[in-house]
Amino acid sequence: MSADLSPLWEVFIRSRNGLAHRHAGSLHAADAEMALQAARDLFTRRGEAASLWVVPAAAIIASDPDEAGMLFEPTGSKIYRHPTFYEVPEDVGHM
Amino acid sequence: MYTQALDTAEAQSKPADTAAAARFQARIDAEQRIEPQDFMPEAYRRTLIRQISQHAHSEIVGMLPEGNWITRAPSLRRKAALLAKVQDEGGHGLYLYAAAETLGVARETLVDQLLAGAAKYSSIFNYPTLTWADIGAIGWLVDGAAIMNQIPLCRCSYGPYARAMIRICKEESFHQRQGFEIMLTLCRGTAAQKAMAQDALDRWWWPVLMMFGPPDAQSRHSQHSARWKIKRFSNDELRQKFLDATVPQAQFLGLTLPDPALAFDPETGHWRAGPIDWAEFEAVLAGNGPCNRERLEARRRAHDEGGWVREAARAHAEKRRAAKARAA
Ligand SMILES: [Fe+2]
Ligand SMILES: [Fe+2]
Repeated sequence: MSADLSPLWEVFIRSRNGLAHRHAGSLHAADAEMALQAARDLFTRRGEAASLWVVPAAAIIASDPDEAGMLFEPTGSKIYRHPTFYEVPEDVGHM
Repeated sequence: MYTQALDTAEAQSKPADTAAAARFQARIDAEQRIEPQDFMPEAYRRTLIRQISQHAHSEIVGMLPEGNWITRAPSLRRKAALLAKVQDEGGHGLYLYAAAETLGVARETLVDQLLAGAAKYSSIFNYPTLTWADIGAIGWLVDGAAIMNQIPLCRCSYGPYARAMIRICKEESFHQRQGFEIMLTLCRGTAAQKAMAQDALDRWWWPVLMMFGPPDAQSRHSQHSARWKIKRFSNDELRQKFLDATVPQAQFLGLTLPDPALAFDPETGHWRAGPIDWAEFEAVLAGNGPCNRERLEARRRAHDEGGWVREAARAHAEKRRAAKARAA
């Protein structure tokens, strides 16, 4: 009935000037221009956006969830990367 | 709207990967969210695809009964509000199809299932909207019931579904308020207007109570959905919450709920409804409600008549790609 699969796009919204774009969701559209128009209709009906990005979903390279442990766990033990690891006497004041 | 406990039941997953399944359940128990790339039992995936797609179909079919009144709304204010509401429902359908797609099924496949009559959607949209007061009753009661159902889904274990529900719930509350406002205006109007509101309530009340799905004793799948934290309250619990919230609103409107057995139980502090006619619910689900055929025909026609737009968009995109390739 409907063999017309159109590409998937990921939508990112900057809600206010000065903020970063954040992922809002995804949609199907034949091309970038239509993706932008659809994103505007679908995700910004109540003044949610100051700017929109659409990115072909196929262009996103994601880390492998099976490698999440290998990639991200080693930092768990590196507490010396945080300021609270270091002792500064109270008399020194705020540092 | 409008998820309804229809038949999201699935057989137990094969015991093949029991260690992975145990790890999966432990993550659920720890209130972690499951994301598309994570391991999940096949039965969990299938249950979600079915529930999310039924929910998406309901949003899309749900545009029809209200769309029926857009051109006949009694004022520009009402027309703008109704148009915005129906547009929201279309958006809800799209958020939900996108959430279902993260589980590895194409939206086109789901839409084809709907058009072929092989998929279910909420029973409530198979009732007709006969008068303007029906638009008030739908917003107040149907969207009200939907909100009861959907708020717990914002904490559903499947991340993309939960996130779609958060967005949807934010948009729903205006739907209910605009419906209640329509009812209130009619109830404060002439005797004929108030009678119109009462008539709409009389026709919508029982079908709305049915929206929460069959009673717990008869719903065979609740256990799985509860264990997987897809469904956090049972059908009867949600129906009760809705009843307790809605009876005082009807009283405020000065309308009478069409249930002679309705009574307040001072011991529990809950309202008790009379018996629901589940035979009617079954008939509507089986395709024999007042508007089942009309709804599907309208969807099919809209899909067919929009075919040239999809084709043209694709041809245009193709042409631009080719021109760009030549220029490069
Ligand atoms: Fe909705
Ligand atoms: Fe709604």
